[in-house]
Amino acid sequence: MNSEGEGYPLAQFRKTYFEECTELLDALQSNLDMLSNGSGDAETLHAIFRSVHSIKGGAGAFGFAGLVTFSHVFESLLDAMREQKVSAVPEIVQLLLRASDALADIVNAARSEQSLDAGFGAEIVAAMEEVLAGAADAQPEAAEAATAVTAEPEVTGERRYRIAFTPHSEMLQKANEPLLLVRQLRRLGGVSVEVDTSRIPLLAALDPEAAYLGWTFTLDTGAPQSAIHEVFEFVEDDCDLLVTLPEAGMPVAAATVTATPEFVAEPAAASVAKTAEPAAAVPVATQSIRVDVDKVDRLVNLVGELVITQAMLTEQGTLLPADHYPALIQGIEALAQSARELQESVMAIRAQPVKSVFARMPRVVRDLAATLGKEVRIVTAGEMTEIDKTVIEQLNDPLTHMIRNALDHGIEGPDARVAAGKPRQGTIHLSAAQRSGRIVIEVSDDGRGINREKVLAKAQDRGLVPPGASLSEEEIDNLIFLPSFSTADVVSNISGRGVGMDVVKRNVQSLGGRITVHSRFGAGSRFTLSLPLTLAVVDGMVVSVGKETFIIPLTAIIESLRPRAADIHPVIGRGNVLALRGEYLPLIPLHKCFEVEGAISDPCSGIVIVVQSESAGRVGVMVDELLGQQQVVVKSLEANYDPVDGISGATILGNGRVALILDIARLREIDAEPRPEKPSPIQQFATSEPREEITHAA
Amino acid sequence: MQPDQTSIAGFAQDDLDPPAGGENRQQFITFTLGAEEYGIDIMVVREIKGWTDTTMIPNAPVHVRGVINLRGVIVPIFDLRARFGVGLTVPTSMHVVIIVAAGTRTVGLLVDTVSDIISIDPKAIRPVPEMGLPTEDQFLEGLVAIENRMVTLVSLAGLFGKSADATKRHFKGDLATSKAA
Repeated sequence: MNSEGEGYPLAQFRKTYFEECTELLDALQSNLDMLSNGSGDAETLHAIFRSVHSIKGGAGAFGFAGLVTFSHVFESLLDAMREQKVSAVPEIVQLLLRASDALADIVNAARSEQSLDAGFGAEIVAAMEEVLAGAADAQPEAAEAATAVTAEPEVTGERRYRIAFTPHSEMLQKANEPLLLVRQLRRLGGVSVEVDTSRIPLLAALDPEAAYLGWTFTLDTGAPQSAIHEVFEFVEDDCDLLVTLPEAGMPVAAATVTATPEFVAEPAAASVAKTAEPAAAVPVATQSIRVDVDKVDRLVNLVGELVITQAMLTEQGTLLPADHYPALIQGIEALAQSARELQESVMAIRAQPVKSVFARMPRVVRDLAATLGKEVRIVTAGEMTEIDKTVIEQLNDPLTHMIRNALDHGIEGPDARVAAGKPRQGTIHLSAAQRSGRIVIEVSDDGRGINREKVLAKAQDRGLVPPGASLSEEEIDNLIFLPSFSTADVVSNISGRGVGMDVVKRNVQSLGGRITVHSRFGAGSRFTLSLPLTLAVVDGMVVSVGKETFIIPLTAIIESLRPRAADIHPVIGRGNVLALRGEYLPLIPLHKCFEVEGAISDPCSGIVIVVQSESAGRVGVMVDELLGQQQVVVKSLEANYDPVDGISGATILGNGRVALILDIARLREIDAEPRPEKPSPIQQFATSEPREEITHAA
Repeated sequence: MQPDQTSIAGFAQDDLDPPAGGENRQQFITFTLGAEEYGIDIMVVREIKGWTDTTMIPNAPVHVRGVINLRGVIVPIFDLRARFGVGLTVPTSMHVVIIVAAGTRTVGLLVDTVSDIISIDPKAIRPVPEMGLPTEDQFLEGLVAIENRMVTLVSLAGLFGKSADATKRHFKGDLATSKAA
């Protein structure tokens, strides 16, 4: 990576530091997102502070001066927020978001040893310092509110007061901090808070200096009513205050969530009262160790070996008379159980929440929305869905591209949206969920949707679709996945650079995934990615063709059947088709595709497996026999050999032999190719004659 | 004392210097294909094992005899006889597979028998005489005479150095040419 030797300890530490930085920045980002959408709480703020603090600490040790300076100011602002001197109002949160983006850039620059512009981040630093200065002024004045004392007849015994408190904008302008009042109240007794957010306008109409929130406190206190008025004494003229004494013992409304007033910062954070639940959902500290990925991969491989050996033992075990070796048979069974559990546990190590990829998307949206002058927010769900590490690593690019695509082509500009009767701000939903052994990721937007007329016209224009062909809506939508297809009227520098949805589709397919699109013109589009949980294990159907054994991925199989002769129809020059419930499927004789001898060539005496693939549609694959269904560990054929057409990988069966895994999508094309041994006499010699020899020998 | 030390130093140097050192001897494992004896640099040989049944690779060139499971790694087996264009080996359990490291890949070479380890002075290696064969035959590194035998040294780089595509395409040509010759 850099010129320093691998073994040089400082270089090692440096590498570790930047690895940590990446994680810290991810955590920072997701916590800030929580803060900005109002689901954060005091712990979120602490976590944010810790992230920045850790980055600063390491930066100091490695002498990244710029990084230290920036993170120091950032940290100071966060500290002031922790001490409630600065409240998490939207504009402050925005500032934090900008600061975090800048921090990420500075870290990246330090990592790649590039230098940033001299003034980089200066305005953000200035803005943060300004906020800090403001906070220092406001503090003492507000604190005075606590000092007044009035004499009033004492009432003994606990009573429950309802206090409706709605500050006016003037109150804030006079630098009175509602939070301090809440704290004062809390000294009197137990307080529960409900916030009234009904007066908050849309973001566009929001005046950052105005006050929109109102609170209803339910206070259980032995102090007299006058003590309550005392708390509000300095602000009474600038707010609506109503202290009532409802019937004693009235139960607190169920909807009211008890919030510790410490945490109630002004407006944005006040919504904590409504959504205190996420705080509990996020584990504060998980115990973890840092392990080199190579070590995990080695473990995965070794466990794969173990499982194969175990399968072999089990197979051999069935040959033994059970009553002679009961202990051995038991041992083999126990081994099978442990091996399976071990394999699952090891696979679980590799599984990671998709959060690591999702967390990068808000920034993509923010940056791009700013460039395009659009107002867009991104809502993510299911971040904790786990998926194999290798899949996650390769998910970033297609996902980023889809989000960019949604922003650029999907979501309209604010004015166009308003004209179409939609909210100014567009929304992109990004979600992940596990469904029937696969991970389903959805990217949907509420933008303009796919303009089918335009897509079709363009496809015909480019000769991708014959003129006059009638396509279903779904078929038209899927045209956007064709290579070099972009409907952006103007080629912008965001998308439409020739890298289109076809690249996304190819990326997804290389991961063993599928992508589909559903769109309603004017209402938005939804892209659905379906991915395998892991690339390391495949559920497969083991089939035999002649002497050979192949694996067909179970996800591709629709059904298996033994056709009747009446259902097989020859089509001249195309081989046979199978009539299946009114549909005609091309039949692919596997033994011909792969030149396997001794296989059953009559489809009626073999088995036809109906498979479906994204690119080749439905076809019937002819095999001799189904041998069973099995989870197989995928091994690379390419590690020591070249990619083989029609084969996606290899595995090792219980008997220790290698079996090849079929690449269903390619079969139809292989079948359509002329068989290589036919064309020239030389090749005929090369392939067919010696092969005879092998057969005889075997 | 003095002469002893010199001789020890000389001995050590002889054995420990890298084979490319010029003065020093290079070790080869020799194997047979029919009556002919070939040698391969011992440094690339990982292990030697008996022939086991392979799994065929669809539509592969003839000299690719399929893949085997070598302790969890999928290893392709190449029939050297077919690779040299002198017909196909009919493998029995007596046949031998030499597992070699070809660059980053591990591959197996199917041969008849493994016979010897020979140590030779690189200077004794004679070039393969031009015999009007096509240039694809670069997998022959040289010839060396040991007592009254002749050993043909095989270059792995020549066998697998080119892209596999080239190998595939050229192979059939080789075979045709050598048969025709």
